[in-house]
Amino acid sequence: MSTESKPAAGGQGWHNVLLRSREGSLVLLIAFMTVLTTSLNPRFISPQSLKDLMLNVSIIALLVLGQTVIILMRQIDLSISSIVGITAFLSGILFINHPGIPSILVVLIAVVAGLLLGGINAALIAWGRIPALITTLGTLYIFRGANYAWVHGRQVNAVNVPGSFLAIGTSTLVGIPILTWIVLILLVVFAIGLRQYRIGREFYAIGSNPNAAVLAGINVSQRLATGFLISGAIAGLAGALWLARFGTVDATAAEGIELSVITSTVVGGVAITGGVGTVVGAVLGALLLSVFSSTLVFLRVPSFWQQAFQGAMLLLAIAADAYLAHRYALRLRVKWSHV
Amino acid sequence: MSQSQRSTRRLARRVGWETILALLVLIAVIGGTVLNKDFLTVENWSNLLANFVEIALIALPLSLIVITNEIDLSVASMLGLSSSLLGLLWQYKLPIPLGIVICLLAGALCGALNGFLIVRFRLPSLAVTIGTLALFRGFAYIVLGDKAVADYPPEYAEFGLGVVPYTFIPLPFVLFIILALIFWVLLHHTTVGRNIYAIGGNQMAARFSGVNISRLKMLLFIASGVISALAGIVFTFRFSSSRADNGTGFELSAIAAVFLGGVTVQGGKGTVTGVVLSLLLIGIINNVLTLADVASEILRIVTGSLLIISILLPNLIASTHERWRLMQRQKEITRLGGASVAK
Repeated sequence: MSTESKPAAGGQGWHNVLLRSREGSLVLLIAFMTVLTTSLNPRFISPQSLKDLMLNVSIIALLVLGQTVIILMRQIDLSISSIVGITAFLSGILFINHPGIPSILVVLIAVVAGLLLGGINAALIAWGRIPALITTLGTLYIFRGANYAWVHGRQVNAVNVPGSFLAIGTSTLVGIPILTWIVLILLVVFAIGLRQYRIGREFYAIGSNPNAAVLAGINVSQRLATGFLISGAIAGLAGALWLARFGTVDATAAEGIELSVITSTVVGGVAITGGVGTVVGAVLGALLLSVFSSTLVFLRVPSFWQQAFQGAMLLLAIAADAYLAHRYALRLRVKWSHV
Repeated sequence: MSQSQRSTRRLARRVGWETILALLVLIAVIGGTVLNKDFLTVENWSNLLANFVEIALIALPLSLIVITNEIDLSVASMLGLSSSLLGLLWQYKLPIPLGIVICLLAGALCGALNGFLIVRFRLPSLAVTIGTLALFRGFAYIVLGDKAVADYPPEYAEFGLGVVPYTFIPLPFVLFIILALIFWVLLHHTTVGRNIYAIGGNQMAARFSGVNISRLKMLLFIASGVISALAGIVFTFRFSSSRADNGTGFELSAIAAVFLGGVTVQGGKGTVTGVVLSLLLIGIINNVLTLADVASEILRIVTGSLLIISILLPNLIASTHERWRLMQRQKEITRLGGASVAK
């Protein structure tokens, strides 16, 4: 326990910290990829391209916050993309039907709508005791189908949306887009909430060992419901911001985005088996994926390759997590074998 | 969890899920006939059967996988990949039979990749197959891009659209009937089938009884890949079209059919007959709605709701039953307690 456990304790030297934590390796990877692409094409770090990168990653990063809470509890939420689609169109239709409606009210309504849709998931999972995968696979299609039926071929265009609202997605504050600021603030809230507050620790506890969590007196179904409500509300906010970012919304808005969100979260070190990971890592995962796809664009790789790369990265991340967990377990066994 | 599971099983044993499903199918047929005069016609029934043949094919190996307590979400992507690959090979003027063999092999490879990651690295199948869902669909786009291949020779289109002479059974559906029989024999009349139930019931116990879990799961995932590829080929000939997005979202219907067919989420339970009946039920519902000019988006809502209800309903019944039992026991305890005090 004296000498051989030293490297396991980590913390010696900055490079050790950087390499040992998932966040550190993600930062290194992002830096490496940025340098590589910049050397091939200097325009990669031009202010415009950086702004685009930040805007591209923002909505995914926002959704990643909710997904992290879910995956930490060993659950999954596939329905977020459909919630984003519905709330994006809802925000647009509010602007069309009620000209002069305050933007903040629209955002609030979108969040409440997301909360309600998340509530359907929450009720089915926590009290109907249906596995999250099945529930959210079902609601992914139900919500999207409802959206198609409601939208019925209509479209919201940028001209229907007030400029002040679109500014969220275009204007910047100290060089950083307002959209990104919103995500950063929420990131801080989630990071502190998950790290310091009781509810956050309970999310981790449920994911590491559900039975132990029950024995520790955690109301697991209530926490599950909370998680899916949070995920729904975040998706509602993302829907409103989707409209601000793109201006144009039809029935297909955000279709398939759940795969990018889950991939980002898992690449960011939130283990799919629950209980491990941080929101900062997960958001860095989203950033890595975004940088990676811009790199592919800059290297003129056909866009058809994107999805395959994303799938491959998700598989790699899952495999890496499993390998690390296995090694950690082995090390613990060696460490305590003398007992 | 195990409490409610046990009472679900007890309930299922008492009533018989297949009986309920068969009744529902009967009600759906009667309802369809009453609602629409075009329902009970030969053409409509060959349409009805043809329209769910791909999903039906996919659902067979999938139900075995779910019985072993795993899942395969990548089925629809393997279908799309196989369809795209067939298109690419035909573009390069490869003879179709050779193309079919290559597609089936590619399906086997895809399934083997799933199986390898799940069995060898002990990764959760849910996570792995979400990854391969993206990966295989990505491959399909790499293979064919946004192009479409449609100039298939007419004899293959005839296979896709034709019916068995003098009946209303579509030719591709014959494939499903044969495979359903094979899977029925495999699951209910061989040791392999018993082993599949054993793994789903209690994996640890199955291992200690000498079941080669890794090999069996690997084979199931490979079977899922091959049959998804076969479904992709059927889809291609039925529509005479190869596109990278063929069959997107089919996994929902297939999974819905499996769970509606009485395969439980906890694994270890379910029959081929149940799955076939639930496929028929979903096919009839979709057909009736289509005949009534209901938009395809509503069909999605219906399928999604069926998936959720198929699990919610048994859960609710089980928990009500459990609560009732607890109440009875409580009463008994108070009665006994009262008696002992009186003594």
